[in-house]
Amino acid sequence: MSVSWFKYAAPMNFYPLAGKLIPLFWILAIALIGFGLYWGFFQTPDVLSDQKQYYRIIFVHVAASWMGMWLYAMMVFWGLVGLVFNTRLSFMMAQATSVTGALMAFIALASGAVWGKVSWGTWWDWDPRLTMSLILMFLYIGYIALHSAIDNSRRADKASAVLSLVGLAIVPVIYYSVNCPNPNECGSLHQESSFKGVESNILLAMLVTALGFWMYSFATILMRVRNIILERDMNTKWVSKL
Amino acid sequence: MKARQKRLIFVLLGVVAVIGASFLINKAMQGNFYKLYTPQEVLAGEVPTGQTIRIGGLVKEGSLKRSDTELEARFVVLDKHKNEVTIVTNKILPDLFKEGKSQIARGILKADGIFYAEEVLAKHDANYMPEEMKDIVTEQHTPVKDGVK
Repeated sequence: MSVSWFKYAAPMNFYPLAGKLIPLFWILAIALIGFGLYWGFFQTPDVLSDQKQYYRIIFVHVAASWMGMWLYAMMVFWGLVGLVFNTRLSFMMAQATSVTGALMAFIALASGAVWGKVSWGTWWDWDPRLTMSLILMFLYIGYIALHSAIDNSRRADKASAVLSLVGLAIVPVIYYSVNCPNPNECGSLHQESSFKGVESNILLAMLVTALGFWMYSFATILMRVRNIILERDMNTKWVSKL
Repeated sequence: MKARQKRLIFVLLGVVAVIGASFLINKAMQGNFYKLYTPQEVLAGEVPTGQTIRIGGLVKEGSLKRSDTELEARFVVLDKHKNEVTIVTNKILPDLFKEGKSQIARGILKADGIFYAEEVLAKHDANYMPEEMKDIVTEQHTPVKDGVK
């Protein structure tokens, strides 16, 4: 039973499995994001109690923000598995996750800036949640930079896994960063995150798009991990047979 | 003890340390991330005049007056004790800026007691509802806080 699971921890066996999974995740990603955005743009109310059409950036913004946080946790998880069990594939997964995570963190910040300019009246503010999200993006960039600065890939893996673990402290902070006892007395612009005041069509579109972003992330991470496997196992027999 | 178990313990200690750090950062951020003055503090004279600060509060109903010839707008902000401060700005007000809603103004308090804002930001709530549905939801879920309305 357990043997068959660990079989895919070997890059040689994981490579073809990933190749089979990638098209599946792409199809799911396109279908879910397509449906989510269609529903979000055409089946939701045009004017809300305070916001107008521009609120619809929420579908991209929320999905990307969630992915930015989840992928960071995933990257740390793979790094820690690698540190404990010394499995090469886990480190490769962590490395592959970092780029997609950085992209998601960037999309979250950029879409938030556009939305903020229209609604709040500013592109950027040193609001707790905004500041912490910026730090999250820098953590991704730091991880990528550290990893590529060390030539020995085993050492690079370990060093950047430890660095990513330290940064994990930020993720819950982003999540809880809008708990202000009285919103009128604290300087944060970002409103609390809560489903209870969200109209059901908006909620549906938001959740489906977020699920689609998950599938997109899986697809790109697997594509990237396949490249990393090839690069690192360049001199092995099984790669030269491909 | 095997090397793998040792590594596992180190990693777990690391995770515990990170959770602790995260908890402390969260605690620290419950307070003000940076200082936002309330109208009460302005009236009590606790606000430095002549330097850039930020004032938060609700925009008083019926207080917004726009100049006929210029961009200048003038409004009153309230805190929960109904203290009032007049704010003057000649910048474009954001789309969400409305009477009865929360705002943050950045600017300078002059000696005449009027706050001259170089930037006015609007805050919004977590409601994503058409107008008619919102009333139903807010009635059910959020009790009216004393003083705010």
